[in-house]
Amino acid sequence: MTFEYAPAPESRSVVDIDASYGLFIDGQFVNPIDGDRIKTINPATEEVLAEVSTAGPQDVAAAVAAARRAYDEVWSAMPGRERGKYVFRIARLLQERSRELAVLESLDNGKPIRESRDVDLPLAAAHFFSHAGWADKLAYAGLGPSPRSLGVAAQVIPWNFPLLMLAWKVAPALATGNTVVLKPAETTPLTALAFADICRQAELPPGVVNIITGAGETGRLLVESDGVDKVAFTGSTEVGKQIQRSVAGTRKRLTLELGGKSANIVFDDAPLDEAVEGIVNGITFNQGHVCCAGSRLLVQESIAEEVLDRLRRRLTTLRLGDPLDKNTDIGAINSAAQLARITELAASGDAEGAERWSAPCSLPDRGFWFPPTVFTGVTQAHRIAREEIFGPVLSVLTFRTPHEAVEKANNTPYGLSAGVWSEKGSRILWMASRLRAGVVWANTFNRFDPASPFGGYRESGFGREGGIAGLAAYLQEDDR
Amino acid sequence: MTAISPKAIGAAASSADLRAFLHGLPGVDEVGAAGRAAMLGTRSIKAASKAWAIDLAISMVDLTTLEGMDTPGKVRAMCAKAMRPDPSDPTAPAVAAVCVYGDLVADARAVVGDSVHVAAVATAFPSGRASLEVKLLDTAQAVDAGADEIDMVIDRGAFLAGDYARVFEEITAVKAACGPAHLKVILETGELRTLDNVRRASWLAMLAGADFIKTSTGKVTPAATPPVTLVMLEAVRDFAASHGRRVGVKAAGGIRTSKDAIKYLVLVNETVGDGWLTPDLFRFGASTLLNDLLLQRQRMTTGHYSGPDYVTID
Amino acid sequence: MSEHEPSHAEASQAVSTQAVSTQASSTQASSTHGPFSTRVDVRKTYKLYIGGAFPRSESGRTYEAFDAQGVFWANVAKASRKDARDAVLAARTAFSGWSGATAYNRGQVLYRIAEVMEGRRRQLEDEIQQGQGCTADQARNLVSEAIDRWVWYAGWSDKLAAVLGSSNPVAGPYFNFSTPEPTGVVAAVAPRACSLLGLVSVIAPIIVSGNTCIVMASQGRPIPAITLAEAIATSDVSAGVVNILTGDPAEVMPWLASHADVNALDLSGVEDAALATLLEQQAAGTVKRVRRPKWVAGRQADAGSDWLAEPGLGAMRAFLETKTVWHPQGV
Repeated sequence: MTFEYAPAPESRSVVDIDASYGLFIDGQFVNPIDGDRIKTINPATEEVLAEVSTAGPQDVAAAVAAARRAYDEVWSAMPGRERGKYVFRIARLLQERSRELAVLESLDNGKPIRESRDVDLPLAAAHFFSHAGWADKLAYAGLGPSPRSLGVAAQVIPWNFPLLMLAWKVAPALATGNTVVLKPAETTPLTALAFADICRQAELPPGVVNIITGAGETGRLLVESDGVDKVAFTGSTEVGKQIQRSVAGTRKRLTLELGGKSANIVFDDAPLDEAVEGIVNGITFNQGHVCCAGSRLLVQESIAEEVLDRLRRRLTTLRLGDPLDKNTDIGAINSAAQLARITELAASGDAEGAERWSAPCSLPDRGFWFPPTVFTGVTQAHRIAREEIFGPVLSVLTFRTPHEAVEKANNTPYGLSAGVWSEKGSRILWMASRLRAGVVWANTFNRFDPASPFGGYRESGFGREGGIAGLAAYLQEDDR
Repeated sequence: MTAISPKAIGAAASSADLRAFLHGLPGVDEVGAAGRAAMLGTRSIKAASKAWAIDLAISMVDLTTLEGMDTPGKVRAMCAKAMRPDPSDPTAPAVAAVCVYGDLVADARAVVGDSVHVAAVATAFPSGRASLEVKLLDTAQAVDAGADEIDMVIDRGAFLAGDYARVFEEITAVKAACGPAHLKVILETGELRTLDNVRRASWLAMLAGADFIKTSTGKVTPAATPPVTLVMLEAVRDFAASHGRRVGVKAAGGIRTSKDAIKYLVLVNETVGDGWLTPDLFRFGASTLLNDLLLQRQRMTTGHYSGPDYVTID
Repeated sequence: MSEHEPSHAEASQAVSTQAVSTQASSTQASSTHGPFSTRVDVRKTYKLYIGGAFPRSESGRTYEAFDAQGVFWANVAKASRKDARDAVLAARTAFSGWSGATAYNRGQVLYRIAEVMEGRRRQLEDEIQQGQGCTADQARNLVSEAIDRWVWYAGWSDKLAAVLGSSNPVAGPYFNFSTPEPTGVVAAVAPRACSLLGLVSVIAPIIVSGNTCIVMASQGRPIPAITLAEAIATSDVSAGVVNILTGDPAEVMPWLASHADVNALDLSGVEDAALATLLEQQAAGTVKRVRRPKWVAGRQADAGSDWLAEPGLGAMRAFLETKTVWHPQGV
């Protein structure tokens, strides 16, 4: 007899999705002036969820103008204490509507409801709550006695954590006194549009937050707009480089949170069962659609076989399927394009001589899916060891000494995160001090907290989000 | 991964040998283990799976009374319930065993016959503070009186003092005294405090011949917890891989609701596999859990919530 | 107390009238209930707040509290040394859970107090107006500031360590960092005049970092303290984190100042120099941390107004220990 869990789907009835959405500009939804319409689909079923607008040049200009007006007339002059209360309201509204938003996120993004419910939503609310408290404490941010806000922030976010990335961008911007024009990713606009309704329920003054949907072109128009003072981008390194070029020579301040090829380093004295959990989490969390995913496993040669045995056994227990089933561990790949990219890179692993193993799970007929996959026999020269796959594909390499582990871990243009697994504290700290990465997790992986700064070294971007360090991205230092 | 092959540990092992082996086991990261157990606790078990899990859980219960005020009458009543937990529904399965003090084994056996197992706590339960002679006699008398399962306690003092050989030898001696009876070794994890100790004590007990490793006496808080049970399940899984012998796990104390029981079954299923989802390899030591399982069962059969007056109090 | 409109022209007169009789409201009531069914209000018994419960004083004693006009308002529990002892035990019991909660969690709990107080603001305004003899506008402002003060401190819970802690670049292969930790159980005296804002300004900085406290409310103006206790009791604050005693600080505080299981004293509200000195001397018996009254530092005595200013870090820092950790770095 086997313990087959019956389907446990989260109810879809908690969400109302409109047939079509306008742009949220100056406190209301408006039809695009010169924009177009695109459809957003459920990647698990390919069903169309809604039609959304794409903002054209005049729409972008209108949104930036609204943000500027709100900045000049209301938001920049409001005492931090009162501004903070709006941000607290948003935090509470996110908590109150968390189930609805979690379901909506899973529908639009394909991530398992367990993750949207237990990670994305609580963290998004926490980010607003924590930053709300900063609004009247900016004098303590280490930027002089009265640091100033920048003005209008143009924020472009990716599709992997749609609402959470919104929170990481919007919360610090509002708390520090900036106004916002935010563009969510074209494949995952729905929770950002629901957030517009939360701004309305919070009675946030019109224009403080504007949400314009669209694809890359809308994003380009937004970051290149003369009316913005600050650009914050999370996404691919390639687009990040274009943005850095485009803001060159302007007054615009810039923070970038880009790609990664992070090493998860397992020593022979690691707590093995928990290390295996960390490896699994590092590569399968959110289907591997995580910029800081632990996509390169560096395992000490003396325990490589044992770790791989345990890893394969554990990956076999993962449940892939309907993102709305509460027992699903691995949901859908976000889009056909992303699935094609993962498939292509995995094929390069085969072609370059690495050995592929995939968890034996059956894939649904419709939608976009990729099984958890491990490549062994990978070398630093392989594409799958150098390029960001952004999917549940792990490349395994071995090392002999801590020095070699550091060398290999750092041998990448990226530098977003790293994991170290060992029960020896001094070695963990030795490794941490040498790893060129913005975040080092020791005996854990993929931990995030509003009090903890997050961001990368080198081609993983610059600027931090979260913690006291994250405030600097939205404030002008008072250097009088 | 370890300096000494676990197979090399034999009856003549010294504390130093055992220490070298046990301390060579991979450590347990407490935060990570708690996180894993908590994540598995979010599994949602519904409909047919839930009905199946509830009946399975009932069949895994060691229905227990271990009080100074126990009497033959109390034990007889509990035994009747063990055989037919829900008088209104004969399809409800019998429990796995009744668990009593040694002096009441005969009373229990007289009621249950061969229909359920009779487990006796022995070896100066719950503290284990007695000479080996007393513990062996305690064991032998319970077996003679008809117990086919013995729940012994380890000497936690000796374990914490690093006298692993003493713990090991006591278990092997009690195992010998058990004869055909199955031996469950109680680690009393609430006194061992760390998950590293839980892992080491689990291995020590299995190497010494335990048929089951059991979390707790129920007399110490905390008793069974999901992280502790997770670590013990990992130990039996790894022991089966290295030694080819399947050891059972008994979670005892503090499990009172069907919801909790199902969480433990999920823990078993996803840690060591469904091969362990049998009363031969997983048990619940409990007294009040059974009635909650029965209430849930009635809820699933009838479609409405039941009440405490619709299950029997023994 | 019963509700009344904040638009009373002669606020103090109207309030004291109502406290003594129901003359004003009886005119209204008679139109609906007739002359013989005039409603008599149900009056509250004012008790202590210890360990999440509202007991009477163990001693059975009460004292008379008066409003700003000197008219009898209520009999208020008069705490004894045994009540203080019980409160210390409750605070100590609550300490491990409260200090062990995440900073984020504590921040949400403090914010929740603000939410609950916002719903009781009319009652608090009435009590401040009646007790302090100020105008309705002043009372409203004081309540707003008290609520906002909770919000201000709520925001500090997860930021204190970032602002007060440090990573220390020691000359050697060590990772070295310092973090603030709560000192433990703090006994405090709330200011006499500023009966709500002053009290909140004493409690919030103590508990935000994980300390637990026993606070003696303003002896002469105790009523808002009891209402605050009711707000705290219906927020998500665990029992024993905040304990509020009414009574005579000169009688009770020496027992707290000499109690070996109290870790620190906040004497902000003590106006009697001799008492402050005595308490500080007693504190030396177990080397308690002492936050001295403002006037000791040469600033003006508590007149109410200085509580309106943004507090700064001092009140929180006074009840924090700095812990420094050294750890080697090496393969």
